[in-house]
Amino acid sequence: MKNLLTSVPMQRRSLLKAGGALIINFNLQTASFGQNQSLAAGPPDPGQIDSWIAIHQDNSATVFIGFAELGQGCSTALLQVAAEELDLSMSQVSTIGLDTHISPNQGGTYSSSAMRVGGPQIQRAAAEARQALLEMAATQLQVEADSLQVENGIISSPWNNALTTSYGELIGNRQFNLAFTGNAPVKSPDDYKLVGTPYPRNDFPLKARGIYRYIQHIRLPNMLHGRIVRPRGQGAYKDGVQVVAINEDSIATIPGARVLRQNNFVGVVAQTEWDAVKAAQQLEVTWEQPASLPGNENLFEQMEKGMTNERVAVEEGDISAFNTAFARTEFKAHGPYQAHVPFAPNCAVADVSQNSAMVMCSSQDIYNTRTSIANLLDMDTEQVRVQFHDGAGTFGHSCWDDVAQAAALMSSLTGQPVRVQLMRWDEHGWDTYGPAHIGKTRVAADSNGKLVSYEYEGWQHHWSLIETSEQTARGTPAAEWPPFPAQQINPRTLGGMYDIPNRYLLNHHVPGLDYLKGAWLRSPVDLSFSFVSEQAIDDLAFQLGMDPWQFRQQNISEYHWLGVLDAAAEAANWQLRPAAENLPDAAIVKGRGIGVGTHLASYGGAVAEIEVNKRSGEVKILHLYGAIDAGLVVNTSNVENQIIGQLVQTASRMLLEEVTFSKTNVTSLDWASYPILRFEQCPEITPVIVQRLNEAPSGAGEEVMAAAAAAIANAFFDATGKRMTMYPFTPERVRETLAG
Amino acid sequence: MASLTINGVSIEVQAGDDTPLLYVLSDELQLQGPRFGCGLAQCGSCSVLVDGVETRACVTPIASLKNKAITTLEGISAYYAAQTGLASIPQTTPVQDALVEEQALQCGYCYNGMIIKATELLLNNPDPTDAEIRSAMNGHLCRCGTYPKIISAIKKASRTIQLARQSAADSSMEGIV
Repeated sequence: MKNLLTSVPMQRRSLLKAGGALIINFNLQTASFGQNQSLAAGPPDPGQIDSWIAIHQDNSATVFIGFAELGQGCSTALLQVAAEELDLSMSQVSTIGLDTHISPNQGGTYSSSAMRVGGPQIQRAAAEARQALLEMAATQLQVEADSLQVENGIISSPWNNALTTSYGELIGNRQFNLAFTGNAPVKSPDDYKLVGTPYPRNDFPLKARGIYRYIQHIRLPNMLHGRIVRPRGQGAYKDGVQVVAINEDSIATIPGARVLRQNNFVGVVAQTEWDAVKAAQQLEVTWEQPASLPGNENLFEQMEKGMTNERVAVEEGDISAFNTAFARTEFKAHGPYQAHVPFAPNCAVADVSQNSAMVMCSSQDIYNTRTSIANLLDMDTEQVRVQFHDGAGTFGHSCWDDVAQAAALMSSLTGQPVRVQLMRWDEHGWDTYGPAHIGKTRVAADSNGKLVSYEYEGWQHHWSLIETSEQTARGTPAAEWPPFPAQQINPRTLGGMYDIPNRYLLNHHVPGLDYLKGAWLRSPVDLSFSFVSEQAIDDLAFQLGMDPWQFRQQNISEYHWLGVLDAAAEAANWQLRPAAENLPDAAIVKGRGIGVGTHLASYGGAVAEIEVNKRSGEVKILHLYGAIDAGLVVNTSNVENQIIGQLVQTASRMLLEEVTFSKTNVTSLDWASYPILRFEQCPEITPVIVQRLNEAPSGAGEEVMAAAAAAIANAFFDATGKRMTMYPFTPERVRETLAG
Repeated sequence: MASLTINGVSIEVQAGDDTPLLYVLSDELQLQGPRFGCGLAQCGSCSVLVDGVETRACVTPIASLKNKAITTLEGISAYYAAQTGLASIPQTTPVQDALVEEQALQCGYCYNGMIIKATELLLNNPDPTDAEIRSAMNGHLCRCGTYPKIISAIKKASRTIQLARQSAADSSMEGIV
């Protein structure tokens, strides 16, 4: 074994040799997983500079960041912000892993919050630390603080070479003991050296060499491998699953494999991972799973006809203007359930003793996960420590809390550390899916092409509150999140970009317990919203014989919206003409479409060029152009990658992705039954950043997907003269639409 | 006890013959390159080279690997050096370098399979067309949507490899002259 490890290139020896803060930090984390009692339970006091920044004797700084690295690059970009304000180089700043005993609680890493929320917080903390250091230097050197300059942590006077000190000398490895007021002045954008540049990500070299440690790689001494045992594919949320019988003898042939059970929670553990995999597959369990789902066929009818809770989200002016308007359109369309399905199924490692619990997982919100684990184990939150370790990109609330709970349960039942890795069918079949949606809209314009009325009704259920592990182990009844704006149809994407005097948005909350589990999937429900809304807008342009870009231009006055609309159109070299002007008889036809939309903040505009095979029903997306205005973009390379990722995922979601389910359970359980976009289907992608150096960062993780979904739908109309009323655009659905 | 040859080293492993190679590599030997993604040979997360051919470790029982040379991401530089006649083993291959230079990663989890497959491709076909790259890589999934940048990176690595071959050929010509 030793021989293998030392003789394999790039194994541990080179790992140590490689040096660099990140590797050292992960080693530190490994050393501290034994529930280091010397650390107080977090979160550290956000009102103290020491909770954010530590300066070391070599002038380097550790920045404590409360956001998770999900592949979006925030751990590099937030360090750029800190280095910029501290006048340090990027090689002098590092961060350490997200940990409820160490990291400030900046809230969860969702709604594109890392730069939007975290950027300004880290910036102000760094500016305040720098100010304090300059004041200390001024005292030591007996000069005015504002007469000093800083470069790479060396403080000097521009007029007197003898007057010099350094961050390390002033405070190295000691605490500031200073309240964080947020009042220190920050740099002017004109002085930025690092912010606004495509600084290379700090984790890439390690990831490319395979020596970056993901959650899946963590092993603890005396650890068991666990697997959850559940039916393949969830049923209706409220029913959960019931165990009727378990035949423990069915795994007797696997040495050391054991069944763990708490009420309807069933798991297996074994010494080796393969034995745990085999045991989970081999264990005979009789389940009761009622046939209480609507199934794909009856989903929308049940959602629309069942009892719903109504709430008016926006009411402006008088939408009766619709009735007398020159051009009117009514459009109704549907969006499917879609799954997060991270490339690697979620994984967690837990070490639970009587009085404390350590849980390592890929939660996007470690402090919230800590609360959920504490509830599950009947502990105080202070007794629970949660560490974030990177998994595969998760794009919202996938199964990370579910697996963290499962690992905690199994560790508490065995008294040993347990690693639980979900299997592919667990992640596909027990996800909290992005909910299905029905949208109905009526939009009207006058004879000059000015929008006069906009009405939208949307039906969808809300996010699920109780994870399946807790539901099965403790019998906690299924429940949805309390009412929250995210439950509402999205006023920004639903006509919010246009100058419309009369607007009415009505939300039909569908009680979710009779359906699949739901949660926020990247740009939650926005693809469905704009699929409906932007097709209706497009139809008005068509009726008026206007170019769809120009029609949008003349109905938008807000400069951010105009900026992204124009940036996408210009990148695509858009030539003015009405849509579907010339519909050839050929079997294979091309079309182009445009759309605008966003999520909660920022602005997205997109253009799509597609090809439709009218005979086979196959749709190819040839090229997607996507523009985002996210205010100040700290790291342009990261945001470029975010735009590329959003456009590729939107192509995937519009062409291929749909959760299938019978009356009993989900049936799309792997990459064959729930396909995603592949290399050969991937369009050309043109990302466009609208940089706003003088505005606050507003988030760039999900804001061009709604626009791109609409652009694809509108391109289909341009190519065929028909409108799709449901995605994904499967060949069957396309042929049906073209025949209709 | 089975004997396997991994990255040029022959080693005895404890796992039973029916164990898929992935669990030997990631669990028993704790290598971090090949990693679980689906267990169904659908995604390419666990890929290794077996006698130079990209193979899904998650469904390949070790019984089928006797007397075969297994290369994991940890050994890809040595393998690349041996295949291209380099005098010394570089820390990273042109494929890995190009992926970093293009900033082609997001979460990076799919990178084991992407690097293994792209290396196999470029060793067999140093100057692939766009269509050949897409076709070769088509069995490897990425949920983050990095495909466009991976394609650019493979093209970049292809140019690097061709230049290296060209200069090696030139210097050997000089020797002859």
